[in-house]
Amino acid sequence: MSDLVNVKVTVNGTKYERSVEPRLLLSDFIRHELGLTGTHVGCEHGVCGACTILFDGQSVRSCLMFAVQAHRHEIRTVENLGTPEHLHPLQEAFHEKHGLQCGFCTPGILMTMLPFVENNRNPSEEDIREALSGNICRCTGYEFIVDAVKLASQKMTATGS
Amino acid sequence: MTKKYVGQRIKRNEDPRLLTGQALFMDDIELPGLLHAAFLRSDYAHARIKSIDTSAAFKRPGVVAVYTAEDFGDYWHPGPLQVPPPLAIAGAVFNTKGLPPIGKDKVRFSGEPLAVVIAESRYIAEDAFNDIVVDLEPLDVVTDLEKALEPGTTLVHDDLGTNLAADVKQESGNYAAARVKADVVIKRRFNIDRGASGAMENRGLIVDWDEKSQNMTVWSNCQAPIPIRNTIAANLRLSDSQVRVITPFVGGGFGPKIMTSQADDVLLPWISMRLKRPIKWIEDRRENFLGTTSERDQIHDCEIALTKDGKLLGFSDVFYHNTGAYDPYGMTVPLNTQTHTTGSYNIPNFYTQVIMVFTNTMVVTPVRGAGRMYGNFVMERMLDIAAKEMRIDPVELRRRNLIQPNQFPVKTGIIGQDFVENVLDSGNYPATLQKALDIISYEKFVKEELPRLRAQGKQVGISVVCFVEGTAVGPYEGARVNVDGTGKVTVVTGVSTQGQGHYTTFAQIVAEQLGVDVSDVRVITGDTGHFHWGVGTFASRGATVAGNAINNAATKVRSKILKLASKLLETPEDELELDSGVVRVADIPQKSITLGELAWKANPTRGIIDPNMEPGLEATAFYGPTHGATGQGSVAMIVEVDPETMLVKINRFVIAHDCGTIINPLILDGQIQGGVSMGIGNAFYEKMVYDENGQLLNASLMDYLLPLSTDMPPKIELGHLETPSPLNPMGSKGVGEAGAIPTPACFVQAVENALAGYNIEILESPLSPNRLWELVQKR
Repeated sequence: MSDLVNVKVTVNGTKYERSVEPRLLLSDFIRHELGLTGTHVGCEHGVCGACTILFDGQSVRSCLMFAVQAHRHEIRTVENLGTPEHLHPLQEAFHEKHGLQCGFCTPGILMTMLPFVENNRNPSEEDIREALSGNICRCTGYEFIVDAVKLASQKMTATGS
Repeated sequence: MTKKYVGQRIKRNEDPRLLTGQALFMDDIELPGLLHAAFLRSDYAHARIKSIDTSAAFKRPGVVAVYTAEDFGDYWHPGPLQVPPPLAIAGAVFNTKGLPPIGKDKVRFSGEPLAVVIAESRYIAEDAFNDIVVDLEPLDVVTDLEKALEPGTTLVHDDLGTNLAADVKQESGNYAAARVKADVVIKRRFNIDRGASGAMENRGLIVDWDEKSQNMTVWSNCQAPIPIRNTIAANLRLSDSQVRVITPFVGGGFGPKIMTSQADDVLLPWISMRLKRPIKWIEDRRENFLGTTSERDQIHDCEIALTKDGKLLGFSDVFYHNTGAYDPYGMTVPLNTQTHTTGSYNIPNFYTQVIMVFTNTMVVTPVRGAGRMYGNFVMERMLDIAAKEMRIDPVELRRRNLIQPNQFPVKTGIIGQDFVENVLDSGNYPATLQKALDIISYEKFVKEELPRLRAQGKQVGISVVCFVEGTAVGPYEGARVNVDGTGKVTVVTGVSTQGQGHYTTFAQIVAEQLGVDVSDVRVITGDTGHFHWGVGTFASRGATVAGNAINNAATKVRSKILKLASKLLETPEDELELDSGVVRVADIPQKSITLGELAWKANPTRGIIDPNMEPGLEATAFYGPTHGATGQGSVAMIVEVDPETMLVKINRFVIAHDCGTIINPLILDGQIQGGVSMGIGNAFYEKMVYDENGQLLNASLMDYLLPLSTDMPPKIELGHLETPSPLNPMGSKGVGEAGAIPTPACFVQAVENALAGYNIEILESPLSPNRLWELVQKR
């Protein structure tokens, strides 16, 4: 067993400091060290996108990174987007349009779509499908997810979010 | 009577927690003292186990225990059959080979467990694999279904003397006599393959044996918690009341999570009792491909017999079915194939024979569709081939043979997975076909657009298929409904939930009966601590079977409410109404009592009660159908095949569907769309590739392709009909598998139509760009 490495990382605005094995995946660190289990693990080989988080504002697969690589960086997970009582407009739109069924892939999709809708006013359906093509959903067939993103974009453009 | 809640597009109760990462899934659970399990699995598909030396693993810091089959002693035994053998079918041959929890003496498929390591972390447990020395003597491998039955081929199960797992013949009418009378007889062979369920959440189990309380708590993301609870208790000689199985939120089921008596739920509870520690196991994705069941190949030799007017006289289907190395799930999958071949059509003479074969590959158990798709595929392909040969329009040929609305109930003479004759209960098959044709503007497209597009050099094709879906099979489910002291309502049922919206649809059923808001109904599914009678979620039965049990229980509670309220409000029951959580007198709204107040009154803590009174406003009820309810529909597709890349673009996808009474149209649409995406996967993207050594070559999502957002048609155009089923009070039928069943046949037909210029016949599924290129080159 190798020596532990010190990691200082800010997650959802809170500063954490932990000692971890260098080989500890960032996804496992977020879920089991920090107890933020909203981010899910579907494949551990970087294909399904369920583990997507925001790393310094960019959508990144946390299963393809080590926790030590997050040292002195900022992470945002789905827990920071909204609460069951106060959903973010993006989450509201998914609720409205039935954009989730089992919900396992959903946090990864939300954290992929968030920068997308923030940076693309009025995206076309093709743009949305393209942006979504790195996230696998086995339940929905994607149509209602695309509708939700379209609705979210309209809502967020209107409110200037 | 228009309904206030059932039939409405109500947003889901479960969404807010799921959307915010606040919903509990298996791997989210942490317990004090938790240990982690990992299974060392065989690389070889067929080998004698000479020795497994685990001693070095014990020396690794953090490793607590390592077990092989020997260590389990008498506890090791091949699992019981999950589904009984087909004794109801005359002449059925069936060789029972239950799934062992861990390999002993011999491994029979690549991925079969050899050892289980228990350690302080999953990382350390997997490290310990390198310490374990496994000495295997490789044996010849059998993967080909036909070769498996040739004399001299290596045997998967030596004691059987054969690789034949089952042979089941069924006949309705007399095919041999019919074919003699036919004007046209056409023969074809089909190769059809399906794949993995691909649920985004892998399988897992947590077991916590508490020595002091002598209780065991199990968290399982399975589809059938009650059978798991019963087998765990029986295996360990515990009382049922000592074992509680809880299903948290589950990240997709699709079939393989029904399978119980596997390594995890057999071995880990035993280990937890011995170590007196809680243990967690979660598959990773590669392990899921290797070690979790899937649906795979069948080979069909079919014959269709028609009159020159295109009337179907008979159909014969002799097919091989791959059950993998064991057959724990009995004949469910191939029986579904047998009951879904004649489908929507009147075929007076039908012969079907399944030859089920053991091979050195992973075990086959239901994946969404559960065998129905193969029957649909061969029939629809044969109809198109016949139409072409006889120069009859393919839609017209179908129309001439469709079961008509006045024919129901239709007794098919073929026994199905529930061991009773498959009877089609209701529907309007010509109407769903017409609806699909109307939505896609079939006539106009074929007459005007198709020729125009082809003249431009585009390889465009159209196809239309019909399908049936057997759903809502027995034996039964149950439910308990209770009005809480707050006036909110709780409903509990034994089935579990994997995303199909039970927390909402079940609430709608209760809300309808009791006049409360859907969001005021709390639904608990799949927790044996709350309800322990029932079977599970599979075969598109949850909403109908559990739903009707819930409806029955809610109806009983309604009548208790009215009886007590009538007494307290001194008003006859028929002048009372239930609305907005209150019971009130119809014309005198001030004369009312809330459900909460009524619940308190119904449960006194002093005084005396009437004899025979049941406390509270609670009722338990069950529901079991006489046989399954059959949904039906028609699918139409327009595709374009790129001449250079052979990539297929779906331009339009239409599905007209009838599942009886609709509970929630929003959730219904979602179920159909999800099924369609799996069907598209099965048609063009998904194939589990085993080589001649029984090695699974594509055990990752990089190489096993699940459809993405860009692989789907721009819109799945849905048409709904509602022919209520006479089989249950709600008139409903299942729909969970509908989208997956007809899609491969429709896709293949559309592609064949698009490549009409090459005059090829496509008799297989799945396709791929490479495969299309090969087929075209051969011409």
